Amino acid sequence: MGEIPILKIRDCLLVSIQVDMHDRLAMALQDDLTQRIVQDRARGVMIDISALEIVDSFIGRMLNNIAAMSRVLDAVTVVVGMRPAVAITLVELGLTLTGVRTALNVDRGLEMIRGIIDRGEREDDRRDR
Amino acid sequence: MIVETDDTMPVRTSDDVVRARQAVRARAVAAGFSLVDQTKIITAASEIARNTVDYGGGGTLRIETLRNGQRRGVRLTFADQGPGIADLKLAMTDGYTSGNGLGLGLSGAKRLVNEFDVTSAPGQGTVVTLARWK
Amino acid sequence: MTDYQNLILSVIEEQHPQLLADWLSALTRAGRPGAALHRDHDTAEQAKRFVEQLRSGIRNGKIDDISTRDWAPMRELLEDVSRSRVAQGISPTETATFVLSIKEPLFELLRRNVGDDADRLARVVWAATQLLDQIGLFTIECYQKGREELIGRQQQELLELSTPVVQLWDGILALPLIGTLDSARTQIVMESLLQRIVASGAEIAIIDITGVPTVDTLVAQHLIKTISAARLMGADCILSGIRPQIAQTIVHLGLELNVISKATMADALRLALHRTRKAIVDRAAPSPRET
Repeated sequence: MGEIPILKIRDCLLVSIQVDMHDRLAMALQDDLTQRIVQDRARGVMIDISALEIVDSFIGRMLNNIAAMSRVLDAVTVVVGMRPAVAITLVELGLTLTGVRTALNVDRGLEMIRGIIDRGEREDDRRDR
Repeated sequence: MIVETDDTMPVRTSDDVVRARQAVRARAVAAGFSLVDQTKIITAASEIARNTVDYGGGGTLRIETLRNGQRRGVRLTFADQGPGIADLKLAMTDGYTSGNGLGLGLSGAKRLVNEFDVTSAPGQGTVVTLARWK
Repeated sequence: MTDYQNLILSVIEEQHPQLLADWLSALTRAGRPGAALHRDHDTAEQAKRFVEQLRSGIRNGKIDDISTRDWAPMRELLEDVSRSRVAQGISPTETATFVLSIKEPLFELLRRNVGDDADRLARVVWAATQLLDQIGLFTIECYQKGREELIGRQQQELLELSTPVVQLWDGILALPLIGTLDSARTQIVMESLLQRIVASGAEIAIIDITGVPTVDTLVAQHLIKTISAARLMGADCILSGIRPQIAQTIVHLGLELNVISKATMADALRLALHRTRKAIVDRAAPSPRET
Protein backbone atom coordinates (compact mmCIF):
# COMPACT_ATOMS: atom_id res chain seq x y z
CA MET A 1 0.00 0.00 0.00
CA GLY A 2 1.34 3.42 -0.94
CA GLU A 3 0.89 6.61 1.02
CA ILE A 4 -1.95 8.03 -1.03
CA PRO A 5 -5.41 6.85 0.02
CA ILE A 6 -7.77 5.61 -2.66
CA LEU A 7 -11.46 6.01 -1.93
CA LYS A 8 -14.30 4.14 -3.52
CA ILE A 9 -17.49 5.97 -4.45
CA ARG A 10 -19.95 3.49 -5.95
CA ASP A 11 -18.09 2.20 -8.97
CA CYS A 12 -15.54 4.97 -9.07
CA LEU A 13 -12.20 5.44 -7.39
CA LEU A 14 -11.15 8.81 -6.04
CA VAL A 15 -7.56 9.80 -5.43
CA SER A 16 -6.62 13.11 -3.84
CA ILE A 17 -3.08 14.23 -4.49
CA GLN A 18 -2.11 16.34 -1.53
CA VAL A 19 1.60 15.97 -1.16
CA ASP A 20 4.55 16.78 -3.31
CA MET A 21 4.98 13.75 -5.50
CA HIS A 22 8.24 12.11 -6.24
CA ASP A 23 9.11 9.05 -8.29
CA ARG A 24 8.61 6.41 -5.65
CA LEU A 25 5.22 7.75 -4.66
CA ALA A 26 4.08 8.12 -8.26
CA MET A 27 5.03 4.54 -9.09
CA ALA A 28 3.32 3.26 -5.95
CA LEU A 29 0.16 5.18 -6.80
CA GLN A 30 0.03 3.79 -10.31
CA ASP A 31 0.50 0.26 -9.01
CA ASP A 32 -2.16 0.66 -6.32
CA LEU A 33 -4.65 2.14 -8.75
CA THR A 34 -4.19 -0.66 -11.25
CA GLN A 35 -4.82 -3.19 -8.56
CA ARG A 36 -7.87 -1.41 -7.19
CA ILE A 37 -9.51 -0.90 -10.58
CA VAL A 38 -9.44 -4.62 -11.14
CA GLN A 39 -10.25 -5.49 -7.56
CA ASP A 40 -13.23 -3.14 -7.27
CA ARG A 41 -14.28 -3.42 -10.89
CA ALA A 42 -14.16 0.33 -11.10
CA ARG A 43 -15.55 2.07 -14.15
CA GLY A 44 -14.12 5.46 -13.33
CA VAL A 45 -11.02 6.98 -11.79
CA MET A 46 -11.05 10.53 -10.46
CA ILE A 47 -7.83 12.28 -9.65
CA ASP A 48 -8.31 15.35 -7.51
CA ILE A 49 -5.47 17.81 -8.04
CA SER A 50 -7.05 20.78 -6.27
CA ALA A 51 -4.24 20.76 -3.74
CA LEU A 52 -1.51 20.96 -6.36
CA GLU A 53 0.06 24.38 -6.78
CA ILE A 54 2.02 23.28 -9.82
CA VAL A 55 1.74 20.58 -12.43
CA ASP A 56 4.98 19.92 -14.25
CA SER A 57 5.75 17.41 -17.00
CA PHE A 58 6.47 14.73 -14.39
CA ILE A 59 2.96 14.99 -12.95
CA GLY A 60 1.61 15.29 -16.49
CA ARG A 61 3.34 12.03 -17.38
CA MET A 62 1.88 10.36 -14.33
CA LEU A 63 -1.64 11.51 -15.16
CA ASN A 64 -1.28 10.34 -18.74
CA ASN A 65 0.04 6.97 -17.59
CA ILE A 66 -2.84 6.50 -15.20
CA ALA A 67 -5.30 7.36 -17.98
CA ALA A 68 -3.65 4.97 -20.40
CA MET A 69 -3.64 2.17 -17.88
CA SER A 70 -7.29 2.77 -16.91
CA ARG A 71 -8.28 2.78 -20.54
CA VAL A 72 -6.84 -0.70 -20.95
CA LEU A 73 -8.95 -1.77 -17.99
CA ASP A 74 -12.04 -0.07 -19.48
CA ALA A 75 -12.23 2.69 -16.89
CA VAL A 76 -12.66 6.42 -17.51
CA THR A 77 -10.14 8.84 -16.00
CA VAL A 78 -11.16 12.34 -14.99
CA VAL A 79 -8.83 14.91 -13.48
CA VAL A 80 -10.65 17.40 -11.29
CA GLY A 81 -9.91 20.60 -9.42
CA MET A 82 -7.18 22.12 -11.55
CA ARG A 83 -6.32 25.58 -10.25
CA PRO A 84 -6.52 28.56 -12.63
CA ALA A 85 -2.85 29.44 -12.19
CA VAL A 86 -1.93 25.86 -13.00
CA ALA A 87 -4.16 25.84 -16.11
CA ILE A 88 -2.62 29.08 -17.36
CA THR A 89 0.89 27.75 -16.77
CA LEU A 90 0.17 24.45 -18.50
CA VAL A 91 -1.14 26.28 -21.56
CA GLU A 92 2.05 28.34 -21.61
CA LEU A 93 4.14 25.21 -21.07
CA GLY A 94 2.37 23.59 -24.00
CA LEU A 95 1.64 20.46 -22.02
CA THR A 96 -1.33 18.41 -23.23
CA LEU A 97 -3.05 15.79 -21.16
CA THR A 98 -3.92 13.17 -23.73
CA GLY A 99 -6.67 10.73 -22.92
CA VAL A 100 -7.47 12.65 -19.78
CA ARG A 101 -10.81 14.30 -19.33
CA THR A 102 -11.13 17.14 -16.88
CA ALA A 103 -13.91 18.47 -14.73
CA LEU A 104 -14.14 21.36 -12.31
CA ASN A 105 -14.76 19.36 -9.18
CA VAL A 106 -15.58 15.91 -7.82
CA ASP A 107 -19.34 16.34 -8.33
CA ARG A 108 -18.95 17.29 -11.96
CA GLY A 109 -16.42 14.51 -12.37
CA LEU A 110 -18.85 11.91 -11.07
CA GLU A 111 -21.62 13.26 -13.31
CA MET A 112 -19.27 13.06 -16.26
CA ILE A 113 -18.26 9.48 -15.55
CA ARG A 114 -21.88 8.53 -14.95
CA GLY A 115 -22.90 10.10 -18.25
CA ILE A 116 -20.19 8.34 -20.19
CA ILE A 117 -20.94 4.95 -18.69
CA ASP A 118 -24.70 5.36 -19.16
CA ARG A 119 -24.30 6.45 -22.73
CA GLY A 120 -22.14 3.39 -23.24
CA GLU A 121 -19.33 5.42 -24.76
CA ARG A 122 -16.10 3.62 -25.28
CA GLU A 123 -12.92 5.09 -23.93
CA ASP A 124 -11.58 5.64 -27.43
CA ASP A 125 -14.24 8.24 -28.07
CA ARG A 126 -12.64 10.59 -25.58
CA ARG A 127 -12.28 14.22 -26.56
CA ASP A 128 -8.71 15.10 -27.48
CA ARG A 129 -7.24 17.83 -25.38
CA MET B 1 21.30 45.81 -11.06
CA ILE B 2 21.56 44.65 -7.47
CA VAL B 3 21.58 41.11 -6.17
CA GLU B 4 19.55 41.16 -2.99
CA THR B 5 19.80 37.54 -1.89
CA ASP B 6 21.99 34.70 -3.04
CA ASP B 7 21.59 31.11 -1.83
CA THR B 8 22.80 27.78 -3.14
CA MET B 9 21.34 24.38 -2.37
CA PRO B 10 21.99 20.81 -3.47
CA VAL B 11 19.71 19.15 -6.02
CA ARG B 12 20.52 15.45 -5.85
CA THR B 13 17.40 13.61 -4.77
CA SER B 14 13.67 13.74 -5.31
CA ASP B 15 13.35 15.33 -1.90
CA ASP B 16 15.77 18.04 -3.01
CA VAL B 17 13.46 18.77 -5.95
CA VAL B 18 10.65 19.36 -3.47
CA ARG B 19 12.89 21.58 -1.36
CA ALA B 20 14.01 23.48 -4.43
CA ARG B 21 10.39 24.24 -5.34
CA GLN B 22 9.70 25.48 -1.86
CA ALA B 23 12.77 27.69 -1.86
CA VAL B 24 11.91 29.19 -5.24
CA ARG B 25 8.35 29.83 -4.09
CA ALA B 26 9.58 31.63 -1.00
CA ARG B 27 11.78 33.95 -3.06
CA ALA B 28 9.10 34.56 -5.68
CA VAL B 29 6.61 35.50 -2.98
CA ALA B 30 9.13 37.79 -1.33
CA ALA B 31 9.77 39.48 -4.67
CA GLY B 32 6.08 40.28 -4.94
CA PHE B 33 5.30 37.98 -7.87
CA SER B 34 1.63 37.47 -8.76
CA LEU B 35 0.24 33.97 -8.21
CA VAL B 36 0.47 33.11 -11.89
CA ASP B 37 4.06 34.34 -12.14
CA GLN B 38 4.96 32.35 -9.05
CA THR B 39 3.43 29.23 -10.56
CA LYS B 40 5.34 29.74 -13.78
CA ILE B 41 8.76 30.06 -12.25
CA ILE B 42 8.20 27.27 -9.75
CA THR B 43 7.06 24.97 -12.56
CA ALA B 44 10.09 25.89 -14.64
CA ALA B 45 12.33 25.25 -11.63
CA SER B 46 10.70 21.89 -11.07
CA GLU B 47 11.33 20.87 -14.68
CA ILE B 48 15.02 21.76 -14.61
CA ALA B 49 15.52 20.40 -11.12
CA ARG B 50 14.21 17.02 -12.20
CA ASN B 51 16.49 17.07 -15.23
CA THR B 52 19.43 17.81 -12.95
CA VAL B 53 18.59 14.84 -10.74
CA ASP B 54 17.52 12.38 -13.43
CA TYR B 55 20.03 13.13 -16.19
CA GLY B 56 22.72 15.25 -14.60
CA GLY B 57 23.60 12.94 -11.78
CA GLY B 58 22.66 15.62 -9.30
CA GLY B 59 23.96 19.16 -8.94
CA THR B 60 23.24 22.51 -7.35
CA LEU B 61 20.70 25.29 -7.57
CA ARG B 62 21.61 28.89 -6.98
CA ILE B 63 18.72 31.26 -6.28
CA GLU B 64 19.27 35.00 -6.54
CA THR B 65 16.72 37.74 -6.09
CA LEU B 66 17.50 40.79 -8.18
CA ARG B 67 16.50 44.41 -8.26
CA ASN B 68 16.81 46.60 -11.34
CA GLY B 69 15.45 50.01 -10.48
CA GLN B 70 11.82 49.41 -9.64
CA ARG B 71 11.74 45.94 -11.15
CA ARG B 72 12.40 42.84 -9.10
CA GLY B 73 13.33 39.44 -10.40
CA VAL B 74 14.37 35.92 -9.45
CA ARG B 75 17.25 34.17 -11.16
CA LEU B 76 17.91 30.44 -10.93
CA THR B 77 21.12 28.70 -11.94
CA PHE B 78 21.16 24.90 -12.12
CA ALA B 79 24.57 23.30 -12.53
CA ASP B 80 25.64 19.69 -12.75
CA GLN B 81 28.75 17.74 -13.67
CA GLY B 82 26.83 15.12 -15.57
CA PRO B 83 27.28 13.73 -19.06
CA GLY B 84 26.11 16.95 -20.70
CA ILE B 85 23.69 17.36 -23.58
CA ALA B 86 25.01 16.10 -26.88
CA ASP B 87 22.65 17.89 -29.21
CA LEU B 88 21.46 21.07 -27.56
CA LYS B 89 19.32 22.20 -30.46
CA LEU B 90 17.48 18.92 -30.50
CA ALA B 91 16.99 18.98 -26.75
CA MET B 92 15.36 22.36 -27.02
CA THR B 93 12.67 21.28 -29.47
CA ASP B 94 9.20 20.57 -28.27
CA GLY B 95 8.39 16.96 -27.74
CA TYR B 96 11.97 15.85 -27.52
CA THR B 97 12.65 13.47 -24.72
CA SER B 98 15.51 11.23 -23.80
CA GLY B 99 13.49 9.38 -21.22
CA ASN B 100 10.01 8.02 -21.55
CA GLY B 101 8.32 11.26 -20.85
CA LEU B 102 6.70 14.20 -22.50
CA GLY B 103 10.02 15.95 -22.97
CA LEU B 104 9.25 19.64 -22.76
CA GLY B 105 11.73 19.98 -19.93
CA LEU B 106 13.96 22.60 -21.49
CA SER B 107 11.75 24.08 -24.17
CA GLY B 108 8.78 24.22 -21.87
CA ALA B 109 10.72 25.85 -19.06
CA LYS B 110 12.04 28.42 -21.50
CA ARG B 111 8.49 29.50 -22.32
CA LEU B 112 7.72 30.14 -18.69
CA VAL B 113 10.52 32.61 -18.00
CA ASN B 114 11.83 35.90 -19.38
CA GLU B 115 15.51 34.93 -19.62
CA PHE B 116 16.84 31.48 -20.40
CA ASP B 117 20.31 30.17 -21.13
CA VAL B 118 21.77 26.67 -21.46
CA THR B 119 25.43 25.82 -21.63
CA SER B 120 26.28 22.18 -22.08
CA ALA B 121 28.54 19.82 -23.96
CA PRO B 122 29.28 16.10 -23.76
CA GLY B 123 31.50 15.40 -20.77
CA GLN B 124 31.30 18.97 -19.54
CA GLY B 125 28.19 19.03 -17.48
CA THR B 126 25.27 21.40 -17.87
CA VAL B 127 24.42 24.86 -16.62
CA VAL B 128 20.89 26.20 -17.04
CA THR B 129 20.08 29.78 -16.07
CA LEU B 130 16.50 31.06 -15.87
CA ALA B 131 15.16 34.39 -14.73
CA ARG B 132 11.72 35.83 -14.34
CA TRP B 133 10.96 39.49 -13.72
CA LYS B 134 7.96 40.96 -12.06
CA MET C 1 28.50 77.62 6.92
CA THR C 2 29.41 79.98 4.13
CA ASP C 3 29.17 83.69 4.39
CA TYR C 4 26.21 83.90 2.00
CA GLN C 5 24.34 81.13 3.78
CA ASN C 6 24.88 83.03 7.03
CA LEU C 7 23.63 86.17 5.47
CA ILE C 8 20.49 84.60 4.09
CA LEU C 9 19.83 82.93 7.43
CA SER C 10 20.17 86.12 9.44
CA VAL C 11 17.89 88.03 7.05
CA ILE C 12 15.21 85.37 7.28
CA GLU C 13 15.57 84.96 11.04
CA GLU C 14 15.12 88.67 11.63
CA GLN C 15 12.36 89.24 9.15
CA HIS C 16 10.41 86.01 8.76
CA PRO C 17 7.02 87.50 9.67
CA GLN C 18 7.52 90.14 6.99
CA LEU C 19 8.71 87.50 4.56
CA LEU C 20 5.64 85.38 5.18
CA ALA C 21 3.23 88.27 4.83
CA ASP C 22 4.85 89.51 1.64
CA TRP C 23 4.88 86.03 0.20
CA LEU C 24 1.21 85.45 0.89
CA SER C 25 0.23 88.73 -0.67
CA ALA C 26 2.40 87.90 -3.70
CA LEU C 27 0.63 84.54 -3.98
CA THR C 28 -2.82 86.00 -3.90
CA ARG C 29 -2.16 89.00 -6.06
CA ALA C 30 -4.62 89.07 -8.90
CA GLY C 31 -3.31 87.81 -12.22
CA ARG C 32 -0.88 85.31 -10.80
CA PRO C 33 -1.38 81.66 -11.69
CA GLY C 34 -3.51 80.06 -9.06
CA ALA C 35 -4.13 83.31 -7.26
CA ALA C 36 -7.70 82.40 -6.47
CA LEU C 37 -6.71 78.99 -5.23
CA HIS C 38 -4.19 80.37 -2.86
CA ARG C 39 -6.65 82.51 -1.00
CA ASP C 40 -7.43 79.84 1.51
CA HIS C 41 -6.53 78.73 4.96
CA ASP C 42 -4.59 75.67 3.90
CA THR C 43 -2.23 77.69 1.78
CA ALA C 44 -1.56 80.10 4.62
CA GLU C 45 -0.83 77.13 6.90
CA GLN C 46 1.49 75.55 4.38
CA ALA C 47 3.29 78.83 3.75
CA LYS C 48 3.88 79.27 7.48
CA ARG C 49 5.30 75.76 7.79
CA PHE C 50 7.41 76.34 4.70
CA VAL C 51 9.09 79.40 6.18
CA GLU C 52 9.72 77.51 9.42
CA GLN C 53 11.34 74.63 7.57
CA LEU C 54 13.32 77.04 5.42
CA ARG C 55 14.80 78.61 8.51
CA SER C 56 15.50 75.23 10.06
CA GLY C 57 17.06 73.85 6.90
CA ILE C 58 19.36 76.83 6.38
CA ARG C 59 20.28 76.80 10.03
CA ASN C 60 21.18 73.10 10.24
CA GLY C 61 21.94 72.00 6.71
CA LYS C 62 23.68 73.21 3.58
CA ILE C 63 21.96 75.40 1.01
CA ASP C 64 23.51 73.62 -1.93
CA ASP C 65 22.12 70.19 -1.11
CA ILE C 66 18.56 69.61 0.10
CA SER C 67 18.79 65.83 -0.07
CA THR C 68 20.44 65.50 3.34
CA ARG C 69 18.72 64.53 6.55
CA ASP C 70 18.60 68.12 7.78
CA TRP C 71 16.19 68.98 5.02
CA ALA C 72 13.94 65.93 5.56
CA PRO C 73 11.09 67.83 7.26
CA MET C 74 11.10 70.35 4.40
CA ARG C 75 10.93 67.52 1.85
CA GLU C 76 8.02 65.96 3.70
CA LEU C 77 6.20 69.27 3.65
CA LEU C 78 6.80 69.59 -0.09
CA GLU C 79 5.47 66.06 -0.63
CA ASP C 80 2.30 66.99 1.25
CA VAL C 81 1.92 70.19 -0.72
CA SER C 82 2.31 68.35 -4.03
CA ARG C 83 0.07 65.47 -3.12
CA SER C 84 -2.79 67.68 -2.06
CA ARG C 85 -2.53 69.66 -5.27
CA VAL C 86 -2.47 66.54 -7.44
CA ALA C 87 -5.62 65.37 -5.70
CA GLN C 88 -7.29 68.72 -6.34
CA GLY C 89 -6.31 68.65 -9.99
CA ILE C 90 -4.17 71.75 -9.69
CA SER C 91 -1.63 72.22 -12.48
CA PRO C 92 2.13 71.70 -12.05
CA THR C 93 2.74 75.38 -12.83
CA GLU C 94 0.47 76.51 -10.06
CA THR C 95 2.09 74.06 -7.71
CA ALA C 96 5.59 75.29 -8.53
CA THR C 97 4.43 78.92 -8.35
CA PHE C 98 3.50 78.35 -4.73
CA VAL C 99 7.14 77.70 -3.93
CA LEU C 100 8.92 79.94 -6.40
CA SER C 101 6.93 83.05 -5.64
CA ILE C 102 8.81 83.38 -2.37
CA LYS C 103 11.77 84.60 -4.40
CA GLU C 104 10.39 88.07 -4.95
CA PRO C 105 9.87 88.99 -1.27
CA LEU C 106 13.11 87.26 -0.22
CA PHE C 107 15.25 89.04 -2.79
CA GLU C 108 13.66 92.33 -1.77
CA LEU C 109 14.65 91.70 1.86
CA LEU C 110 18.18 90.77 0.80
CA ARG C 111 18.45 93.88 -1.35
CA ARG C 112 17.47 96.11 1.54
CA ASN C 113 19.96 94.37 3.79
CA VAL C 114 22.95 94.36 1.48
CA GLY C 115 22.52 97.91 0.33
CA ASP C 116 24.58 99.18 -2.59
CA ASP C 117 27.14 96.42 -2.80
CA ALA C 118 26.08 95.14 -6.23
CA ASP C 119 28.63 92.39 -6.30
CA ARG C 120 27.67 91.05 -2.91
CA LEU C 121 24.00 91.34 -3.71
CA ALA C 122 24.43 89.39 -6.93
CA ARG C 123 26.22 86.57 -5.15
CA VAL C 124 23.80 86.25 -2.28
CA VAL C 125 20.82 86.35 -4.64
CA TRP C 126 22.49 83.59 -6.67
CA ALA C 127 22.96 81.49 -3.53
CA ALA C 128 19.32 82.01 -2.55
CA THR C 129 18.11 81.22 -6.06
CA GLN C 130 20.08 77.97 -6.11
CA LEU C 131 18.40 76.86 -2.91
CA LEU C 132 14.89 77.83 -3.97
CA ASP C 133 15.32 76.25 -7.40
CA GLN C 134 16.26 72.94 -5.77
CA ILE C 135 13.15 73.22 -3.65
CA GLY C 136 11.02 74.09 -6.67
CA LEU C 137 12.38 71.18 -8.69
CA PHE C 138 11.84 68.78 -5.84
CA THR C 139 8.25 69.95 -5.61
CA ILE C 140 7.74 69.29 -9.30
CA GLU C 141 9.21 65.80 -8.98
CA CYS C 142 6.86 64.99 -6.12
CA TYR C 143 4.00 66.31 -8.17
CA GLN C 144 5.00 64.08 -11.10
CA LYS C 145 5.22 61.03 -8.88
CA GLY C 146 1.87 61.83 -7.33
CA ARG C 147 0.29 62.16 -10.74
CA GLU C 148 1.72 58.86 -11.90
CA GLU C 149 0.45 57.09 -8.82
CA LEU C 150 -3.00 58.54 -9.35
CA ILE C 151 -3.08 57.46 -12.97
CA GLY C 152 -1.90 54.01 -11.99
CA ARG C 153 -4.71 53.66 -9.49
CA GLN C 154 -7.27 54.86 -11.98
CA GLN C 155 -6.01 52.45 -14.59
CA GLN C 156 -6.31 49.59 -12.15
CA GLU C 157 -9.89 50.54 -11.32
CA LEU C 158 -10.74 50.90 -14.98
CA LEU C 159 -9.25 47.52 -15.68
CA GLU C 160 -11.32 45.90 -12.98
CA LEU C 161 -14.48 47.68 -14.03
CA SER C 162 -14.11 46.75 -17.65
CA THR C 163 -13.73 43.03 -17.12
CA PRO C 164 -16.92 41.97 -15.41
CA VAL C 165 -17.81 38.30 -15.42
CA VAL C 166 -21.53 37.80 -15.40
CA GLN C 167 -23.53 34.69 -14.55
CA LEU C 168 -26.21 34.28 -17.20
CA TRP C 169 -27.70 31.13 -15.80
CA ASP C 170 -26.77 28.12 -13.69
CA GLY C 171 -23.50 26.93 -15.00
CA ILE C 172 -23.25 29.59 -17.71
CA LEU C 173 -20.95 32.58 -17.41
CA ALA C 174 -20.51 35.48 -19.79
CA LEU C 175 -17.44 37.64 -20.24
CA PRO C 176 -18.25 40.71 -22.33
CA LEU C 177 -14.93 42.17 -23.43
CA ILE C 178 -14.79 45.89 -24.08
CA GLY C 179 -11.87 47.72 -25.60
CA THR C 180 -8.46 46.63 -26.75
CA LEU C 181 -6.85 43.44 -25.52
CA ASP C 182 -3.18 43.82 -24.72
CA SER C 183 -1.02 41.32 -22.84
CA ALA C 184 -1.43 42.90 -19.44
CA ARG C 185 -5.17 43.20 -19.78
CA THR C 186 -5.58 39.69 -21.14
CA GLN C 187 -3.69 38.27 -18.20
CA ILE C 188 -6.10 39.91 -15.76
CA VAL C 189 -9.14 39.00 -17.81
CA MET C 190 -8.02 35.41 -18.07
CA GLU C 191 -7.39 35.01 -14.37
CA SER C 192 -10.64 36.71 -13.49
CA LEU C 193 -12.67 34.47 -15.77
CA LEU C 194 -10.97 31.27 -14.64
CA GLN C 195 -11.42 32.14 -10.98
CA ARG C 196 -15.10 32.79 -11.53
CA ILE C 197 -15.42 29.49 -13.36
CA VAL C 198 -14.03 27.67 -10.35
CA ALA C 199 -16.09 29.68 -7.87
CA SER C 200 -19.39 29.24 -9.69
CA GLY C 201 -18.77 25.76 -11.05
CA ALA C 202 -19.70 26.96 -14.51
CA GLU C 203 -19.67 24.48 -17.37
CA ILE C 204 -19.65 27.06 -20.13
CA ALA C 205 -18.17 30.54 -20.51
CA ILE C 206 -19.41 32.79 -23.29
CA ILE C 207 -16.70 35.22 -24.35
CA ASP C 208 -18.27 38.11 -26.19
CA ILE C 209 -16.01 40.24 -28.33
CA THR C 210 -18.57 42.67 -29.73
CA GLY C 211 -16.75 45.46 -27.92
CA VAL C 212 -13.28 44.55 -29.14
CA PRO C 213 -12.42 46.82 -32.07
CA THR C 214 -9.75 44.72 -33.74
CA VAL C 215 -8.75 41.11 -33.63
CA ASP C 216 -5.23 40.52 -34.83
CA THR C 217 -2.88 37.60 -34.35
CA LEU C 218 -1.92 38.73 -30.88
CA VAL C 219 -5.48 39.15 -29.67
CA ALA C 220 -6.40 35.81 -31.18
CA GLN C 221 -3.49 34.16 -29.37
CA HIS C 222 -4.68 35.62 -26.10
CA LEU C 223 -8.18 34.35 -26.70
CA ILE C 224 -6.90 30.91 -27.63
CA LYS C 225 -4.84 30.71 -24.44
CA THR C 226 -7.82 31.70 -22.33
CA ILE C 227 -10.03 29.12 -23.98
CA SER C 228 -7.39 26.40 -23.67
CA ALA C 229 -6.93 27.11 -19.99
CA ALA C 230 -10.67 26.98 -19.37
CA ARG C 231 -10.89 23.66 -21.19
CA LEU C 232 -7.97 22.26 -19.23
CA MET C 233 -9.87 23.02 -16.07
CA GLY C 234 -12.98 21.27 -17.28
CA ALA C 235 -15.14 24.09 -18.62
CA ASP C 236 -15.79 25.01 -22.22
CA CYS C 237 -16.06 28.29 -24.08
CA ILE C 238 -18.20 29.77 -26.81
CA LEU C 239 -17.12 32.88 -28.65
CA SER C 240 -19.80 35.41 -29.56
CA GLY C 241 -20.01 38.83 -31.15
CA ILE C 242 -17.97 37.96 -34.20
CA ARG C 243 -18.64 40.80 -36.61
CA PRO C 244 -18.41 40.07 -40.33
CA GLN C 245 -15.20 42.09 -40.65
CA ILE C 246 -13.61 40.14 -37.82
CA ALA C 247 -14.62 36.86 -39.41
CA GLN C 248 -12.93 38.02 -42.60
CA THR C 249 -9.80 39.11 -40.76
CA ILE C 250 -9.56 35.78 -39.00
CA VAL C 251 -9.77 33.84 -42.25
CA HIS C 252 -7.43 36.30 -43.94
CA LEU C 253 -4.79 35.89 -41.24
CA GLY C 254 -5.20 32.14 -41.35
CA LEU C 255 -6.03 31.98 -37.66
CA GLU C 256 -7.37 28.76 -36.23
CA LEU C 257 -9.56 29.67 -33.32
CA ASN C 258 -10.73 26.14 -32.70
CA VAL C 259 -13.77 27.23 -30.77
CA ILE C 260 -17.44 27.48 -31.63
CA SER C 261 -18.30 31.04 -32.56
CA LYS C 262 -21.67 32.68 -32.76
CA ALA C 263 -22.63 36.05 -34.15
CA THR C 264 -24.61 37.17 -31.13
CA MET C 265 -24.63 36.44 -27.44
CA ALA C 266 -28.24 35.31 -27.79
CA ASP C 267 -27.15 32.58 -30.17
CA ALA C 268 -24.34 31.63 -27.85
CA LEU C 269 -26.72 31.48 -24.90
CA ARG C 270 -29.10 29.27 -26.85
CA LEU C 271 -26.28 26.87 -27.55
CA ALA C 272 -25.02 26.97 -23.99
CA LEU C 273 -28.48 26.19 -22.62
CA HIS C 274 -28.74 23.26 -24.99
CA ARG C 275 -25.32 21.98 -23.96
CA THR C 276 -26.19 22.21 -20.29
CA ARG C 277 -29.33 20.22 -20.94
CA LYS C 278 -31.76 23.05 -20.33
CA ALA C 279 -34.70 24.19 -22.41
CA ILE C 280 -36.81 27.32 -22.44
CA VAL C 281 -40.45 26.68 -23.22
CA ASP C 282 -43.38 28.97 -24.02
CA ARG C 283 -46.05 28.68 -21.40
CA ALA C 284 -49.51 27.90 -22.77
CA ALA C 285 -51.69 31.00 -23.29
CA PRO C 286 -54.03 31.54 -20.30
CA SER C 287 -57.60 30.28 -20.87
CA PRO C 288 -60.34 32.94 -20.72
CA ARG C 289 -61.18 32.01 -17.16
CA GLU C 290 -57.62 32.45 -15.78
CA THR C 291 -57.38 36.17 -16.30
